[in-house]
Amino acid sequence: MFLFAFHPEANVANSKEAMLCCVKEKIGEAVLPGDLLAFEIQKSENKREKLICGPGLRRDGEDVFVCKSGILRHKEPNLYWIDLQQRRYVPAKGESVIGIVTAKSGDVFKVDVGGSEQASLSYLAFEGATKRNRPNVQVGDLVYAQFIIANKDMEPELVCIDSCGRANGMGVFGAGGLLFKVSLGLVRKLLSPQSEIVKDLEKIFPFEMVIGLNGRIWVKAKTTQQTLIVANILESCENMTTEQRRSIFGRVSENVL
Amino acid sequence: MQRGLDAETRKQLEEEEKRIISDEHWYLDLPELKEKENFIIEERSFLPCEDLLYGRMSFKGFNPEVEKLMTLMNSQNRTEDVEEEVQNKTGVDVSDEEMARRYESLVGSIKRKFTKKRNRPAIQGEDNVNSNIRSPKIKKVFLKPQD
Repeated sequence: MFLFAFHPEANVANSKEAMLCCVKEKIGEAVLPGDLLAFEIQKSENKREKLICGPGLRRDGEDVFVCKSGILRHKEPNLYWIDLQQRRYVPAKGESVIGIVTAKSGDVFKVDVGGSEQASLSYLAFEGATKRNRPNVQVGDLVYAQFIIANKDMEPELVCIDSCGRANGMGVFGAGGLLFKVSLGLVRKLLSPQSEIVKDLEKIFPFEMVIGLNGRIWVKAKTTQQTLIVANILESCENMTTEQRRSIFGRVSENVL
Repeated sequence: MQRGLDAETRKQLEEEEKRIISDEHWYLDLPELKEKENFIIEERSFLPCEDLLYGRMSFKGFNPEVEKLMTLMNSQNRTEDVEEEVQNKTGVDVSDEEMARRYESLVGSIKRKFTKKRNRPAIQGEDNVNSNIRSPKIKKVFLKPQD
């Protein structure tokens, strides 16, 4: 597997070659930061195929380094990323998050998304908002918005409309309900197309849920008790196996009915 | 008597001024660096990696608007058959392709209406490529009668 040179007298060049792994072998296996991934580059062809390195991978000149520990995943045709686990969110462009409005300053709302700094949300970035017709947003409201600018050099910016000007469900939501924080890995598991947790959850009782990619989930059900049940299940099902989860769901549905 | 400068002398003076100004500009005397075309793209977000669904969900009819949104957004993410897409467009009487076809023929007929009678064969010739008409470049111009 790994050819680590833990010998103290090994020089840098040797250790670098030792960590060079062929990427095809590593797909589905755990990798550590500092590993260098080698791709089979066809240098004879004129047209080079683009290679996309996703989160957890970093480009350094012509090489691709792993910068976070996790499992290497691959998606056809040319996308590689690291499936990692963390709780701290870093804003990325195009992601939909739940934010809490903290301040109103002039034409802009300051929204807390759980990142290193607060994001700004212009009051014109709502559906049907004009200079005269301001959106009804108060401090402390929950908004479901998308990032249009999110990089390490600039302040992140959010919008509640898409490129056509339609809201598509974004904007202020939620009277009532409960907002809580989970890890980012669970959020991605919940939002994946074949999520078993969601399939099990939807059989229990009617409820509504908004999932933000910054690790925040908002849940609302008919009664407070049901809301709390769903919240507890979601918080705890991260580290459970399928059987444990199914048994808990079974107990819950028995108690409810 | 000429008060102003001659055109040539003015040009020469301008050129000299430009030369003096460009000499004063600083520039880097480096060899030209070619930007290497890099074929590795960095992507910071998980969205294209895992095909995540829409974030708002409602189950068992708790919030019917959100359920409508769920079907709409999740069908946009997936590539479905063309027929299903046409059916999903609620509130649209005419589909986009139909509109484009109608508009194309409409533009042609309006254009034909407003051209002069002389230019009409040229417009009709554009539609029928096989028809033999004289090229539109030969225009009839008024010839002055010779004495």
